[in-house]
Amino acid sequence: MAIAVVNRRIEVTVNGKAHVDEVEPRTLLIQYLREKLDLTGSHVGCDTSNCGACTVLLDGVSVKSCTVLAVQADECAVTTIEGLADGDTFHPVQQGFVEKHGLQCGYCTPGMIMAAVSLLDENPHPTEQEIREGIEGNLCRCTGYKNIVDAIQWAAENS
Amino acid sequence: MIPASFEYVRAESVDHAVSLLQEHGEEAKLLAGGHSLLPLMKLRLAQPGVLIDIGRLGDLANIRDDGDMVSIGALTHHAQIEHSPLLRQECPVVSHTAGQVGDLQVRHRGTIGGSVAHGDSASDLPTVLLAVDAVMVAHGPEGTREIPASDFFTGFWETALTDVELLTTIKVPKLPNAGWSYQKFNRRAQDWAIVGAVAVKNGTTRVGLTNMGSIPLRATAVEAALQAGASLSDAAAVAAEGTNAPADVNGSAAYREHLARVLVRRALEEAGS
Ligand SMILES: Cc1cc2nc3c(=O)[nH]c(=O)nc-3n(C[C@H](O)[C@H](O)[C@H](O)COP(=O)(O)OP(=O)(O)OC[C@H]3O[C@@H](n4cnc5c(N)ncnc54)[C@H](O)[C@@H]3O)c2cc1C
Ligand code: FES
Ligand code: FES
Repeated sequence: MAIAVVNRRIEVTVNGKAHVDEVEPRTLLIQYLREKLDLTGSHVGCDTSNCGACTVLLDGVSVKSCTVLAVQADECAVTTIEGLADGDTFHPVQQGFVEKHGLQCGYCTPGMIMAAVSLLDENPHPTEQEIREGIEGNLCRCTGYKNIVDAIQWAAENS
Repeated sequence: MIPASFEYVRAESVDHAVSLLQEHGEEAKLLAGGHSLLPLMKLRLAQPGVLIDIGRLGDLANIRDDGDMVSIGALTHHAQIEHSPLLRQECPVVSHTAGQVGDLQVRHRGTIGGSVAHGDSASDLPTVLLAVDAVMVAHGPEGTREIPASDFFTGFWETALTDVELLTTIKVPKLPNAGWSYQKFNRRAQDWAIVGAVAVKNGTTRVGLTNMGSIPLRATAVEAALQAGASLSDAAAVAAEGTNAPADVNGSAAYREHLARVLVRRALEEAGS
């Protein structure tokens, strides 16, 4: 089957900065962020929409960027872990991970933090159970869930 | 993993989407949230030549009061359905079940239309839509037609939609006083149902099963037993009758049949049947 692949122009605001790029339609958002914009904070874990390591905010809500096409983010705002801090001041969720030692190897951490930001945005004062359910789409191979939950709880109490 | 190359076009309206479907024929696939289609494309299990992105048809991303029914636009995300005050009031079994789909990120992207049109019997919402007698509204070159949920799911990943039709709306009846329950069984929190069971009691009781055959099923034997005055546990005991459970890494057919009986009993109890 011969396919006329036409690159598509996209305009995406990433961490507050406008980008205009030509991408192949099959480019995944995670690939665009990491390979084109060199924002390597968002990770690829499973590449099959299961682990959440690639979680970013798309127009303010958490999505798995390995399951979103870059062309689907056209004219949207994306926030990655790199865009979360306010200058030298960590976002409360980032600070929570520092306070409660919410990471071991750190591989899942950027996705975990972005998922938690979206969760707290929708539910600013979650119970422990709601936090556990809220991050069900994020896997931590080091299985340090206890401290991750504590970190999110800390952020809820300190923001 | 990156999908094979495809041409990307964005639909500007429902009619535009239909004309694009007509233009590109079998090669084309509609793209809504992409949370069923893109994983398949990454694995090369689907390789459409043209993707028609309907994700920006904002008119189809809302929930409206429609007399005896609530109309849910096909592009409405699971998270919107889960939190909709109107649905929570008028048809809580639907909003609750939307909250059981995947995880938070999946519910932010996945749409009810995609869930229904994909025709996967392991999906949660189709079973519930079958049990409440929802109506699917499709738009094609000849106009609009309504398809009852009972006629919509026709086979494994197959539905009554033609190649040139778009699902635009899912209408669910208002059932504010009905007893209801959706029981989803899985091993890990975010997973698909190994088996799911829904019960809706509004006068008579409707019972549905997720992942017990190639399409979402009504547990007609259970419904008939209840009509005939059987106890809840006696009725639940026939839950696997007429099913054709799949066997996979999550469980054998016999195990799924056992789960169906247990989950139907729990659903009947919770729905107050
Ligand atoms: C990690 C993960 C976990 C999940 N867990 C669950 C779960 O537990 N339970 C569950 O039910 N689902 C689950 N899903 C699937 C999820 O609900 C999907 O959102 C849904 O199945 C498809 O919706 P979509 O908008 O993403 O559709 P898409 O992937 O965009 O489309 C799916 C199919 O439907 C067609 N289509 C889409 N919209 C229309 C329309 N309006 N008219 C006609 N055809 C259309 C497309 O052409 C395609 O063939 C999961 C998905 C992922 C990635
Ligand atoms: S890399 Fe996207 S969910 Fe795992
Ligand atoms: S800290 Fe290692 S994967 Fe989570």
